Amino acid sequence: MSKNLSPDVSECLELLETMHVIRYAEEQLGEDFAAGKLPGGVHLSVGQEAVAAGICAHLTDRDQVSSNHRGHGHFLAKGGEPRHLIAEIYGKQEGCCRGMGGSLHVADYSKGIIGANGVVGAGIPVATGAALANLMDDDGSMTVVFFGDGASNQGVLQESMNFAALWKLPLLYVCENNQFGQFSPTATVTAGVISDRAKAFGIPVEVVDGNDVRAVWQTMARATDHIRSGNGPMFVEADTYRIRNHFEREHLIVQTPYRSQEEVEKMRRERDPIKMLQEWLKAEDLADNETLQAIDEQAKTLVKEAVAFGDAGTPPPLDVGLKYQFAGTYN
Amino acid sequence: MARLRLIKAINEAIREEMERDEKVFVLGEDVEASIFGDLRGLFEIFGKGRVRNTPISENTLTGMTVGAAACGYRPVLHIMFANFLFTGMDGIANQMAKARLMSGGQIELPITIIASYGGGRANAAQHSDTPYSAFMNLGGVHLVVPSNPADAKGLLKSAIRCNDPVLYFEPAGRGGEMGDVPDEEYLTPIGKAAVVREGGDLTLISMGTTMRMTLQAADRLAEQGLECEVVDVRTLAPLDEDTICAAAARTGRVVIVDESRERASAASQIAAVIAERSFEQLKAPIKRVTALNAGLPLAPASEQYLLPSVDKVMAAATEISKNVRVSE
Repeated sequence: MSKNLSPDVSECLELLETMHVIRYAEEQLGEDFAAGKLPGGVHLSVGQEAVAAGICAHLTDRDQVSSNHRGHGHFLAKGGEPRHLIAEIYGKQEGCCRGMGGSLHVADYSKGIIGANGVVGAGIPVATGAALANLMDDDGSMTVVFFGDGASNQGVLQESMNFAALWKLPLLYVCENNQFGQFSPTATVTAGVISDRAKAFGIPVEVVDGNDVRAVWQTMARATDHIRSGNGPMFVEADTYRIRNHFEREHLIVQTPYRSQEEVEKMRRERDPIKMLQEWLKAEDLADNETLQAIDEQAKTLVKEAVAFGDAGTPPPLDVGLKYQFAGTYN
Repeated sequence: MARLRLIKAINEAIREEMERDEKVFVLGEDVEASIFGDLRGLFEIFGKGRVRNTPISENTLTGMTVGAAACGYRPVLHIMFANFLFTGMDGIANQMAKARLMSGGQIELPITIIASYGGGRANAAQHSDTPYSAFMNLGGVHLVVPSNPADAKGLLKSAIRCNDPVLYFEPAGRGGEMGDVPDEEYLTPIGKAAVVREGGDLTLISMGTTMRMTLQAADRLAEQGLECEVVDVRTLAPLDEDTICAAAARTGRVVIVDESRERASAASQIAAVIAERSFEQLKAPIKRVTALNAGLPLAPASEQYLLPSVDKVMAAATEISKNVRVSE
């Protein structure tokens, strides 16, 4: 059916805008952190926007996304409002989680964004349960779990893959291999090829260039076809690169560099997913500079408005934690 | 009133709630075979779609309940021995206890986890813990601890209907105990303790597995002329402080009997609440009868040495019944 689908021009331009919005939002948050404006820390996904954009382009509000500590991109790509993201990270009650969660826990359940997660790998069991709900609902909905190469070494991934393969859960595993687990290069803490682990459970695997948003989109077209047809889980390993630090200002605490600045600059220059798509669109004569500039401006404006919304927000009442802890109701 | 075994009361509660609401489903290891007996027959009635036999993967199971609940289901996870709650701790402590708060109240998490707890049966240290006090500190889960068939059924029905996570501690080895269970539908409210015996000399407070020895001690103390009021706490979180403190104040002499280990036990919290709220009414120091601060060994006599007993309750009660506060 959609096996050999590629994104058309308008879909490419949407992917571009999504990536721009993520990039501008996160660069803003990086600046905000440096300026001491944020109450908490942030883990940014700059350079990895293509994975979130290409995967989420195929999902609807009925589908669930379970994310991780580097989850702003997943939130935005899945339809979360930029202003709700920014206000949340600013600790304002107008945020998506009313200022209770912040960067590590951005969620909008009405849009199927069932939470970023501060514990590495912990989104995987949650996604497994959501996929079980999808299976019991039997309505063609599915769940995507985004995790990194670091989380691949958590036991829950192997437990979850056993569940998903056994019960044919409509669950897509997306491993964003960004080459670093916190401050350790992946190869220093990870044996073998990560996606080979899925093969042991009989789960179909695709490995994709995670910085090529069109390739990610195409992979996801095949994955959704497979999963929504009731064939059980799939595993996508997206090869990408974390341009920024594990968290902002890590240079203040990390004494020994774990990668060279030259490597980072080379990736920024040559493998930026936004530039890659722009250049392809121009080379193929599918979009001119003016069109690309307009999309860029549109994203920039959206993020500026989101920042203004966040700035104008108000801190939540002091006792609100007690209020949100329990529903206090019975069915 | 029907006379029912405790496991049968649990079984009825789940069956009734599954009939009432199609979003309720059971999952866990060997729930089909139900070696504990409390789920027996449910697989035959509801089928494999709603009674889901799972791999032995506690860490994933606890997290799965959060995902399923966030998507509108009401999972009932049978974890077998309460020690296995520790294996599944991330899903409990970091996910279900916090997901609603972290989301700013976007979701309800109607999750029930059934865990059989307690020692005294030579199961050795990894199958005999009484770990509820560790969970009292999480903040985001309710904890219920029934001691008899009627409450076992009523509390479990409330737990399944509750839109927040509830850990249901089933007293191990008490499944065969009989008790009166109302024929009509009823719920035992979460957060309400029960005064199960009246008496003006001493207040004995207990829950779950140690209720039986507490009531036996009350009988023997009565033979010695000491009348005990006995409170069954039933819910450890939220704690029914009003009922507990009122009972403590009525006699001014309090013994708390609890199978968790002494350090930061459930009894410790109850004692602290009484000391804070009812100090003026106390006539003697509050006594705690708990397990001692060690894991439970296999050898039966060595295990019993560490656990609360009727004799230990009697000794504590006798000691404070003689005690008179100097200030009086």
